[in-house]
Amino acid sequence: MQYPFDSALIMRKQRSIKRSLLEKGPFIEKKIAILGGSTTADVKNVLELFLLKNGIKPFFYESEYNRYYEDGMFENAELKSFNPDFIFIHTSTVNIINYPDINDTDATVEQKLESEFSKYKGLWEQLKATYNCTILQNNFELPHYRILGNLDSSDLRGYSNFIMNLNSRFAEYARKTKGFYINDIHYLSAQIGLSNWYDRSFWHAYKYALSYEAIPVLAHNLANIIKAILGKSKKCLVLDLDNTLWGGVIGDDGLSSIQIGKETPVAEAYTEFQEYVLKLKKRGILLAVCSKNDLTNAKDGFSHPDSVLSVNDFVSFKANWEPKHINISQIASDINIGIDSLVFIDDNPVERKIVIDNLPYVLVPEINVNEVYSYMNTLDKDGCFEPISISQDDLIRNQAYQENSQRNSFKDHFISYDDFLSSLDMNAEIKEFIPIYLERITQLTNKSNQFNLTTKRYTLSEIEAVANNPNYITLYGRLADKFGDNGVVSVVIGEVKGNIIHINAWLMSCRVLKRGMEQAMFDEIVRQAQKQGITIIKGYYYKTAKNSMVAELYKVLGFELIHTSGEDTVWEYPIDSNYVNQNKFIVVNKNY
Amino acid sequence: MNINILANVQEVFREVFDDESIVINNDTTSTDIEDWDSLAHIHLVVALEQRFKIKFALGESLTLKNVGEMIDLIEEKYNARSK
Repeated sequence: MQYPFDSALIMRKQRSIKRSLLEKGPFIEKKIAILGGSTTADVKNVLELFLLKNGIKPFFYESEYNRYYEDGMFENAELKSFNPDFIFIHTSTVNIINYPDINDTDATVEQKLESEFSKYKGLWEQLKATYNCTILQNNFELPHYRILGNLDSSDLRGYSNFIMNLNSRFAEYARKTKGFYINDIHYLSAQIGLSNWYDRSFWHAYKYALSYEAIPVLAHNLANIIKAILGKSKKCLVLDLDNTLWGGVIGDDGLSSIQIGKETPVAEAYTEFQEYVLKLKKRGILLAVCSKNDLTNAKDGFSHPDSVLSVNDFVSFKANWEPKHINISQIASDINIGIDSLVFIDDNPVERKIVIDNLPYVLVPEINVNEVYSYMNTLDKDGCFEPISISQDDLIRNQAYQENSQRNSFKDHFISYDDFLSSLDMNAEIKEFIPIYLERITQLTNKSNQFNLTTKRYTLSEIEAVANNPNYITLYGRLADKFGDNGVVSVVIGEVKGNIIHINAWLMSCRVLKRGMEQAMFDEIVRQAQKQGITIIKGYYYKTAKNSMVAELYKVLGFELIHTSGEDTVWEYPIDSNYVNQNKFIVVNKNY
Repeated sequence: MNINILANVQEVFREVFDDESIVINNDTTSTDIEDWDSLAHIHLVVALEQRFKIKFALGESLTLKNVGEMIDLIEEKYNARSK
């Protein structure tokens, strides 16, 4: 079920694959409505397999054959009561109704384009208004024949040209619309080849708009988007060095003999891989090194004049002779991210096996040392780093982690931790949700696992709803210090019922643990509560495998434990007018 | 030759239905296997095409009345293929 997968095997053995995947919990449950413009049965079944593999258990609504438009556009009690989290519109080129005719004028073609697009746009707006959930929409694959030959792509009457323009409009809508994502089958069909994507007998016999072989390719891609939206994309790429980032073994061959640069085909291949990795870093993926080498030799490799990457590009650099699974485990804990956010690339199958056996949650793709191209290709096709947006936070992420290492080494110079905190010159902005931060807030609710009291996940629509609801107190926290700005790092959502506020969600990025931000957020909760005449704050802790660090947070803040259910706890804090701020080191809301 | 095909076809049935206990013979029809619906039929057809490296003509697989007819058709195509 990992790229490269055997499409035929997946289709044939789907029942037994499903059975064995179901044995491996835990799962989060999501409801997915599939509105089809062609047969969707196996698209649904195989999508289910890829989702289960990623810890997501789907419940489906499936439209009747080719009733995507009617089911979505008009009143649909069944779909309404199903209340989907996602709506996937499985349309393809077969669903295009009004292609240009050879006798059409430019104006007529434009009209047909507009009309075809408006139909979809109308459907999307209606879905948003009625169901207010995430929409996933196929774009269009190129047609399987070209009546105009090569002119098909440039002539306005060509079907290829028409489809490319339609795709362009879809892309524009996706850029401007939140909660709407394109499932890029235009790319997928090119990638496996139109001849492999189409199967005319399959269409004529069973009305599938894509071949048997293509179904898992589409399902895998769609599952990647869904899992990205749910915060399950990987965050960090851990790399070996010798024969992974350069050709040769630096300890043996020496700096001048490692293969990187443009001198030989092998050197070029490694250079291309380094360039790919650097581009991933630039859009927010964290990089780390895990190599069996002396530290000086390892770092030396990056001083090669043709090296694309440099030591500074890595947020963690482990070069020693310890077993790699121990190093990788340490990397995750050093940069404070879950072990299941890591991907490990190593040309040596023995090293890969040790990590696979000891750290089952780390993704370790099979790559082929005889084909350096396979390193980049496997990472790219697997889609483990699928983003749903590129935020400002992503662009500065690596820098933020570098700044954090600076803070950590700065810390070593202080005798008392309080002195250290005070010297950081921290300031924070803690206010109610504002539109510009809603996407980041949503992202945080889905990605935070450790400092997360209730692990309640929100979609963008749900965050918008809570922000606009007067019965809720919402707070975001943005923290900066003399080393840099961490951006929005904490979220609190409290529901007000009478004189009690219930903290439904409280989470924080682990990057800013133990700086006093927890106290600062709580001070603000108390302040907001006092303004509204609330007298009791109720806190909830729901234990998960990852959040034991906050089991006692409410106790530390001065709450009283009032109820225990298994390992879950409920806490109460009576507010009085004598409340003294618990945050001592952060200046709040002064600069903004 | 017939027996080899039956054994292979039976293995495909067992994989597709995820049931090692399935036993088929020439008279088996879709009413004998609970999960054998039109969707499973597609899985069977494609799996058989791949296993024997043959291709059913459009609509050919839909007119078969029982496993026996299926095996006859497979045998015919399989032999034609080797030539």
